[in-house]
Amino acid sequence: MALENADIEKIAILARLQVTHSETNDYANSISSILSLMDQMQQVDTEGVEPLSNPHDATQRLRKDEVTCGNQREAFIAIAPATEDGLYLVPKVLD
Amino acid sequence: MTNKTLVQISKDLAAGEYSSREITQDIIADIKARDSIYNSFISVSEHLALTQADAADARIAAGSAEILTGVPFAHKDLFCTQGHATTAASKMLENFVPPYESTVGQRLLSAGAVCVGKTNMDEFAMGSSNESSFFGAVKNPWDLNAVPGGSSGGSAAAVAAGLVPAATGTDTGGSIRQPSSFCNLTGIKPTYGRVSRFGIIAYASSLDQAGPMCQTAHDAAIMLNAMAGFDEQDSTSQQRETPDFTAELNLPLNGLKVGLPKEFFGPGLNPQVAECIMAAIKQIEALGAQIIDISLPNLELSIPAYYVIAPSEASSNLSRFDGVRYGYRCDQPTDLMDLYCRTRAEGFGTEVKRRIMVGTYALSEGYYDAYYVKAQRIRRLIKDDFTRALSQVDVIMGPVAPTPAFDLGSNTKDPVAMYLEDIYTLSANMAGIPAMSTPAGFVNGRPVGLHIMGNYFAEAKLLNIAHQYQQVTDWHLQTPTSSGMPVSNTEKGA
Repeated sequence: MALENADIEKIAILARLQVTHSETNDYANSISSILSLMDQMQQVDTEGVEPLSNPHDATQRLRKDEVTCGNQREAFIAIAPATEDGLYLVPKVLD
Repeated sequence: MTNKTLVQISKDLAAGEYSSREITQDIIADIKARDSIYNSFISVSEHLALTQADAADARIAAGSAEILTGVPFAHKDLFCTQGHATTAASKMLENFVPPYESTVGQRLLSAGAVCVGKTNMDEFAMGSSNESSFFGAVKNPWDLNAVPGGSSGGSAAAVAAGLVPAATGTDTGGSIRQPSSFCNLTGIKPTYGRVSRFGIIAYASSLDQAGPMCQTAHDAAIMLNAMAGFDEQDSTSQQRETPDFTAELNLPLNGLKVGLPKEFFGPGLNPQVAECIMAAIKQIEALGAQIIDISLPNLELSIPAYYVIAPSEASSNLSRFDGVRYGYRCDQPTDLMDLYCRTRAEGFGTEVKRRIMVGTYALSEGYYDAYYVKAQRIRRLIKDDFTRALSQVDVIMGPVAPTPAFDLGSNTKDPVAMYLEDIYTLSANMAGIPAMSTPAGFVNGRPVGLHIMGNYFAEAKLLNIAHQYQQVTDWHLQTPTSSGMPVSNTEKGA
């Protein structure tokens, strides 16, 4: 399946990636060839085959709802790119 | 210090031949002197390493040393190291200093091992040649014109060059085994869930596993003993006993049933690689094994199914890089959307962005069933193939990769050509079974690895086979040269 530049622009927005015009062409070409590789799958009859999401068919193990690792605020704020008064800074969202 | 095994260094430390501080200093000096040739390290953690080495020397003096106490190793730069930069070979994490240690790292530290630095890799472990690193490509110590393989290419090159005796790696679709094959190492990808993923920067969570890359099967077993074990902090960690992986190394191979899948020996396989593999299998047969022809009919489908599942999971995992909490942030964002889009466009490299977009597409409305769910159904067919085969035979053997290490730059233009290189390794990750590479010969001076795959939790059996094979062969003892510098190839590369 071949993707048009408009498809790439749409995917890039969903993926939160800015792409330039020349990159859009490159991605349309390379991702189209990847998708044609993937299209091999469509020739296989998988009717009735249960999808496998964990190799052991394991389900999520839940832990007790207990505090095990105390407040790490200082450690996390210390590695953030922009903070003020112990809070993360982002561009203005509300006027 | 080059080319000493972990076992040898451990003995030397116990005998007082040298201290952990001395060997750690020598190794760090050697990395600084020689690694400009290979680019196998992203960073050296000298201060932390010497602190760890001093603590190890104190343990050795107090008589409380374990086998890895004081022994230096390197971490793939995907393992979070508390207080030391962890980059995933990405601009996105160029200055990221984790506030915590990975479980694997913690287990190795508790054993007294000394981490000397972080090795180069494909960006976010996405690649098969170590050419997608933000910190530049890595060169194969066996031939400086060749790639070391990927994504754990820096770990492979560092051990092959004799810079460190062992390194950690991760394997999502072959990233321990293929570079081990390309660099003449013993590397094992354990059963999914055997080794904790906690603190390892995630690529594709249902496929990722960590394992050791070493010179010998014995060393790999020792490393795996320290790395493996149930971890509360990884929700997919398997709750079961961890055996002593060295316990079965010396068992004879009499009566071992080895399956050769015909799909591993098809037209895509380089004939000289095929010769090496068949010669190795003859030797395994001479050790008492019985060789049986088998089939894994859905092998070829592992490529399209993997390249849907892995990018889909990656697109989800990598959504955490938003320029807010850690990592790279673009300059002067105009609004929140601009912050996300420019941070991610500037912070990620081309292959990472491509996989994020492929995954985003495969998971998007209207395509989810046709791509992601379809790939998961095919994943079950692949698992069922292995279950069927492994009810007939004890292990499966074949090549790790269709070719020896390819030339730097030869596959970078065409991502599909690069993906096809992974044909023999992807299926073990899809099924979640353990698999390893052990040195089995050379083609035009470039190493070839024998692939050994086994049933769930059969790591000890795989290591036993590799160890027995290493007792009757000397491929694993070959080094680029005694100094770790390939003389003829250096001239060619210069």
